[in-house]
Amino acid sequence: MDLSTILNSKKIKLGFFFAAFSMFFVVKAFASQDSSGQQNAENGKQEAFNPTPAILEHIGDSHYWHLWNETSIPLPIILFTDQGLETFSSIRFNRGRDAYEGKYHTYKLVEDKIKVVDKSGNVDKATSKKIYDFSVTKNVIALWVACLLLMVIFFSVAATYKKTVGKAPKGFQSLMEPVIVFVRDEIARPNIGYKYQRYMPLLLTIFFFIWINNMLGLIPAGANTTGNVLVTFVLATIVLIAVNVSANKYYWKHIFFPDVPLWLYPIMIPVELIGIISRPFALMIRLYANISAGHIIVLSLISLIFIFKSFLVAPVSIAFVLFMYVLELLVAFLQAFIFTMLTALFIGTAVEEHHH
Amino acid sequence: MEELFDGLLNDRLGFVVWAAVAFLILLVLLGKFAWKPIMGAIYERERSIEDALLKAEAAKEEMTRLTTENESLLKQARAERDQILKEAKQVKDHIIGEAKAAAQAEGNKIIEKAKMEINNQKAIAMADVKNQIATLSVDIAEKILRKQFADQQKQNELVTDLLKEVKLN
Repeated sequence: MDLSTILNSKKIKLGFFFAAFSMFFVVKAFASQDSSGQQNAENGKQEAFNPTPAILEHIGDSHYWHLWNETSIPLPIILFTDQGLETFSSIRFNRGRDAYEGKYHTYKLVEDKIKVVDKSGNVDKATSKKIYDFSVTKNVIALWVACLLLMVIFFSVAATYKKTVGKAPKGFQSLMEPVIVFVRDEIARPNIGYKYQRYMPLLLTIFFFIWINNMLGLIPAGANTTGNVLVTFVLATIVLIAVNVSANKYYWKHIFFPDVPLWLYPIMIPVELIGIISRPFALMIRLYANISAGHIIVLSLISLIFIFKSFLVAPVSIAFVLFMYVLELLVAFLQAFIFTMLTALFIGTAVEEHHH
Repeated sequence: MEELFDGLLNDRLGFVVWAAVAFLILLVLLGKFAWKPIMGAIYERERSIEDALLKAEAAKEEMTRLTTENESLLKQARAERDQILKEAKQVKDHIIGEAKAAAQAEGNKIIEKAKMEINNQKAIAMADVKNQIATLSVDIAEKILRKQFADQQKQNELVTDLLKEVKLN
């Protein structure tokens, strides 16, 4: 059987290209971990590679933007202390090794969290509780980048719309229009009904924000924003507020005066009140867990190479990683869709008109 | 448990505020400068397309109506033409018939007249001929008689013959 046609097909070539591409980045990103492993080996201990810290470091937030090996971009530290504002660069911490003596206290990074230490280097818990960390971390920068990208994309698209009034869409506009119309016709209209127009800006912003953040999170050395529970917490809180602010009297009647016998009220009302919180809570957990899980799987598959300490594992790993990457591209869209659709659904139930 | 939540607010509040501010600014800016014009343009275009389709439909109906009207007009015109042709043919036939009849009558009349004339002429001619024959006969008789009666003998013979014939009955 002649299989050369399969190998010569464009898709396969593209696949190899991406495999090589992702290998280049991911292997480089892990090189730092590798070097620390070598250090351990030099210490005489033949320790097995433990992927957990590396994976957690990759999916977590940080005061540095780690690129490769020892190279990382230091980010600004902003602290609200009990005595005043304190700003300095995270380069002062020397990757967590040194303490920095600021204006009011001496600070040190403990597990990438800023703590106040006394002169002998012990953590001063009481004072640490009085400082609030408003640093521009890796995830904050990543959010800014995402916001900036969205603005550049959609301002230009809006400008094109102004230029081509009443004409067929062209260029980037024709790429975005089906997605915008999809959000309107498949998400907003069926779930909210005729009042959908008021909620279009929120739904579109949520949809594209989550989507672009999911995609940016897939870029090696990028930040994992939507896999950060705090980002999804913020989104879910905004959904919670939007749903309850737009809720009409029928919605509240359904919660406080449901159509059940009076003796069931002590059960029903708490259940409904929990429901108000639990729905956005489910949104928060769903997005966070899905995106984090995807990243953890990709990183674990890459870690196999370092666990087995063999490049022979690499092709297998890369094949699986490639598969996961393609899957994650789908998940990136899917999670944005699900989050937006459930938001529309919740808004829909809140603004629904009941006629008894 | 306390360990788990220890410093949670101190480490996380800042990021939550940053994220919320970033998202809200994005929401406001995109809502004002992107979604509003984009949704407006899409809505406007969809409406104009729907309008154009409706208009096209109406034009098509108008076209069909016009075509039917034209066809019926054509049909009517054809029928009228046929009617006119038929009538013309009838008129023609009628005229020809009438002319024929008139010609026939005239001819008959002329023939009758001719016949009458011929008869008249014939009668005149006959009368003339009769006269001439009479004259001629008288002349001939006269001449014969003259010749016959030139001789006395003969006259006597005749008288005798005649007398013989005339017997006194």
